[in-house]
Amino acid sequence: MENLIGLLVAAPLLGAAVLLCGGRRLDRSGPWVGTLLAAVSFALAVALFADMLGRSGEERTLTTTVFSWVPVGGFRADVGFQLDQLSMTFVLLITGVGTLIHLYSVGYMEHDERRRRFFGYLNLFLAAMLLLVVAGNYLLLYVGWEGVGLASYLLIGFWQHKPSAATAAKKAFLVNRVGDMGLSIAIMLMFTTFGTFAFGPVLEGAGQAGEGKLTAVGLMLLLAACGKSAQVPLQSWLGDAMEGPTPVSALIHAATMVTAGVYLITRSGALFDAAPTAQTAVVTVGAVTLLFGAIVGCAKDDIKKALAGSTMSQIGYMILAAGLGPVGYVFAIMHLVTHGFFKAGLFLGAGSVMHGMNDEVDMRRYGGLRKYMPVTFVTFGLGYLAIIGFPGLSGFFSKDKIIEAAFAKGGTEGWILGGAALLGAGITAFYMTRVMLMTFFGERRWQPDADGNAPHPHESPKTMTVPMVILAFGSVFAGGLFAVNDTFLKWLEPVTGHAHGNPPVSALTVTAATMVVLVLGVALAWARYGRKPVPVTAPRGSWLTRAARRDLLQDDFNHIVLVRGGEHLTRSLVYVDHTLVDGVVNGTAASVGGLSGRMRRLQNGYARSYAVSMFGGAAVLIAATLLMRAV
Amino acid sequence: MSFPLLTATAVVPAVGAVATAAVPAARRAAAKWLALGFSLATLVLAAVQLVRFDPDAAGPFQLTESHAWIKDFGVRYELGVDGIAVVLIALTALLIPFIVLAGWHDADPLEGASPNWRWRPTQGFFALILMVEAMVVISFEATDVFLFYLFFEAMLIPMYFLIGGFGDRAGERSEEETAAQRSYAAVKFLLYNLAGGLIMMAAVIGLYAVTADQLGMGTFSLQEIVQARADGRLDLAPAAERSLFLGFFFAFAVKAPLWPLHTWLPNAMGEATAPVAVLITAVVDKVGTFAMLRFCLQLFPEASKWATPVIVALALVSIVYGALLAVGQRDIKRLVAYASISHFGFIVLGIFAMTTQGQGGATLYMVNHGISTAALMLVAGFLISRRGSRLIADYGGVQKVAPVLAGTFLVGGLATLSLPGLAPFVSEFLVLVGTFSRYPAAGIIATVGIVLAALYVLVLYQRTMTGPVKDGVRGMPDLRVRELAVVAPLIALLLFLGVYPKPLTEIIDPAVGHTMSQVEKSDPKPDVPVNEAEAAK
Repeated sequence: MENLIGLLVAAPLLGAAVLLCGGRRLDRSGPWVGTLLAAVSFALAVALFADMLGRSGEERTLTTTVFSWVPVGGFRADVGFQLDQLSMTFVLLITGVGTLIHLYSVGYMEHDERRRRFFGYLNLFLAAMLLLVVAGNYLLLYVGWEGVGLASYLLIGFWQHKPSAATAAKKAFLVNRVGDMGLSIAIMLMFTTFGTFAFGPVLEGAGQAGEGKLTAVGLMLLLAACGKSAQVPLQSWLGDAMEGPTPVSALIHAATMVTAGVYLITRSGALFDAAPTAQTAVVTVGAVTLLFGAIVGCAKDDIKKALAGSTMSQIGYMILAAGLGPVGYVFAIMHLVTHGFFKAGLFLGAGSVMHGMNDEVDMRRYGGLRKYMPVTFVTFGLGYLAIIGFPGLSGFFSKDKIIEAAFAKGGTEGWILGGAALLGAGITAFYMTRVMLMTFFGERRWQPDADGNAPHPHESPKTMTVPMVILAFGSVFAGGLFAVNDTFLKWLEPVTGHAHGNPPVSALTVTAATMVVLVLGVALAWARYGRKPVPVTAPRGSWLTRAARRDLLQDDFNHIVLVRGGEHLTRSLVYVDHTLVDGVVNGTAASVGGLSGRMRRLQNGYARSYAVSMFGGAAVLIAATLLMRAV
Repeated sequence: MSFPLLTATAVVPAVGAVATAAVPAARRAAAKWLALGFSLATLVLAAVQLVRFDPDAAGPFQLTESHAWIKDFGVRYELGVDGIAVVLIALTALLIPFIVLAGWHDADPLEGASPNWRWRPTQGFFALILMVEAMVVISFEATDVFLFYLFFEAMLIPMYFLIGGFGDRAGERSEEETAAQRSYAAVKFLLYNLAGGLIMMAAVIGLYAVTADQLGMGTFSLQEIVQARADGRLDLAPAAERSLFLGFFFAFAVKAPLWPLHTWLPNAMGEATAPVAVLITAVVDKVGTFAMLRFCLQLFPEASKWATPVIVALALVSIVYGALLAVGQRDIKRLVAYASISHFGFIVLGIFAMTTQGQGGATLYMVNHGISTAALMLVAGFLISRRGSRLIADYGGVQKVAPVLAGTFLVGGLATLSLPGLAPFVSEFLVLVGTFSRYPAAGIIATVGIVLAALYVLVLYQRTMTGPVKDGVRGMPDLRVRELAVVAPLIALLLFLGVYPKPLTEIIDPAVGHTMSQVEKSDPKPDVPVNEAEAAK
């Protein structure tokens, strides 16, 4: 069985190699080749899952070493895999949603002449993401970690003839690199502390290390997670990443890659449990981001960017839960999976809308689409109900548990975190209702585009709607299935451990409060976007709206401090290098050896003659040595 | 006497140089094929070296050859390779055929030039490249300090002519202007390296004087000096050792090049043709960092440790400064040159971290940097030859018209920014972790280089390859078969060594262990080593 783990990664990797090196003759069959290999990977995942279920909870972990990768002195990195319940959950999500989105892309990218390459990149992404979650040590995880970053870069910039797409891709990679810096420092710290960075020994030995070291490791891992999972302060890339084709936004920037930070923190749970300071930092980042993303999501008129704000916010919930320790790990992952379903579904729905609307993304130019796209409307609607936490749907079960766990943290901290999570739920209801109303209800507001083409909204082809329907099923039922008999908790507990929290108020009160803010959020959105017609041009809005449209001014800050500042720095350094460093070194040389005179002479055209004399000198030297030997 | 394999590996390209130069003016094509043939023959010999080398054998050097040469001064013709030298020779021999192939048309006479031009540029170009190869190879093999010095310096002559004599087609600039800039670059290269060499010569003579004084008989033999130090027969006063160390180190730091002695490199790499730029940074400069490991550390271990803090600081400056300067460049080739300065910072940092991972990583870095820079720079050269401009601003949207060129350029760039899965990642991470375990602060500062590398590579890619197709780019042909034959194997090698670097680390490791024992350093121990059995498994 262990050998299948390698194949799981190898199948999509093969697809990527074939599609990217295969040349034109694969243009026609390419999309299906890519989809087939994704499906193979999913089949393998199911086989491994069935096998895993056949063993009892404690014996489900498979480990295997394929070969020794970098052995240098005491530094030993292997290419080895570890598949336990946590990895398995991810593997099923990645391959399952991944295959659906491959299928969807067959229809969505039908008219793109570079679609072979698109599917090659998607396969590359699957391979890297699977490597990330089945790697048996942190260095191999790092390979997957940067691999998904590369795939994300290539896919965001897929339409690279558009300067905005190329810029967004570069920005995503760079911001992620800052996070990667954290991951590499964390691995180096592990090596100097434990002498290894394989999961088993590091996590088992975590208790023996000093708390200072562990806090440092934890903070560095958090930095990495912030980059990959678009958490404050490294969140700025995610909104721009929406430049990529919509299936990419669904798979990479909603369902899977952006949740890698949650995986990293949950996987490293034993380290964080022994470093409370780092945990505090984690919950703070989570709480801040869940509000940040939600506020940004309220102000965006671009449907994908509104959803991107939402993704940020929902991952904030997961990070918050993961930072709570054993009380929260299970719920972080549970929300991650349900979110994978409904957010992927929402993005695919958004893609379907764009597909029928000449790629228009401005929701102010939508309206009343429910009549034209019934399947999209229903599946999107179910995803909407799931994300706002409508009772009985997926999001209800997973989000409610996180809010509860946040309150259970206890003390003032618990009230602050719980309050933030509760407030976030209300804002989520507001902005998602806003998206729903602006897109599918109200009057039709679309207009001919610049070339005079009026959109003719229509339902999308089967390859697109089938994945949407399947994901909608997940959005509706996954949460309930997981919650019944604590199925998900029992499944994951052997890996992550679990502790029951004791919230200061009863669980029922928390649920009731959540319902109240949900209704308030929906009602407020209805009052603003349902009762009144939506203006086609955005009103000026309050200062908060204006700031939220600009990602709460974080981009402006980045631009002024990092981009402009950096430009000034490099420009002045170029000048310094040219005048000062060059000048000083030349000058020193001149004063020592009188070289400057020669330098000038050489520039006046004596170079050749000087070189000849050099050559002559060397020749004499060689001749002399040879002569001496002869003597 | 067994077959002198090491001598042969240096003699074959030297003979090739002479043969190539002797080809009549009219038979230009023959000269190219001849050069390619000789470079491939050298590659075979280097491969034989690699096969015959036994990583587990006792003793520092293998395949040794030793003959008396200048008896009066104790100069011997002494060759030998350790695990570090043997992989660098393999790198050199591997890259030269690609350099030859990439530069196939770089020295064709300009259109309209008289067919019986008395100076035969094509023959000269390829002969000089082979000459450089011969000298580099023997520098890696020499275990006699004087022998090493001789070729370390002699290498400057063919390099000078390669930089000054051959450049890119002028494009929009005038021929005279480019010629003037070329000659400035060549002279700057020569003077910098000559200055380094002169100081080193003083140190070489000083070393001779010390050995003559204390051993009764002067010697340049590395092994003899190391042995005498170990026995206590040779005992250098700290002041003497330090000044000798500085003399050697200065020359190597110029060649490496280390900040602030780096300014010759951007000029040289910018003005030379792309294959020659690769020859400079991927092959010739490696002699500098190699010599730090072989001569500085082994001859002067105490002084090396004494100078370490300053050198580590200079290496860090090189890493960050080189990368920032790369970001600020407008010229593709100069950008790659500054990126190389940053990378050489990593190599020097790894050497002076004095850990197994640092030095092993630095050696591997030399190899990987050679391959990755060759890939990036040669594709950049193909690009430049199509448009006749080195300015980044003159390009845009190339991926639309030449997707294969753009794709290979991206892979070269990703290797340069040390993407995991490609070879440079392994060596860069080893250097970082090796440095971090000895000097945590330095390790952390060096990781800034990771972010900056992504910046200069991706900005370069974005500006040249993406966006709307610029006027001068329209109709640009994609990579030709010859060009693909250069790039594809390099990329394959980058992938292979990224996934499976073990064949190289197995050869390098024992040599690094030997060097570490010479400077009497051992790796720092982890705080709480967990479960040794588990970790080893």
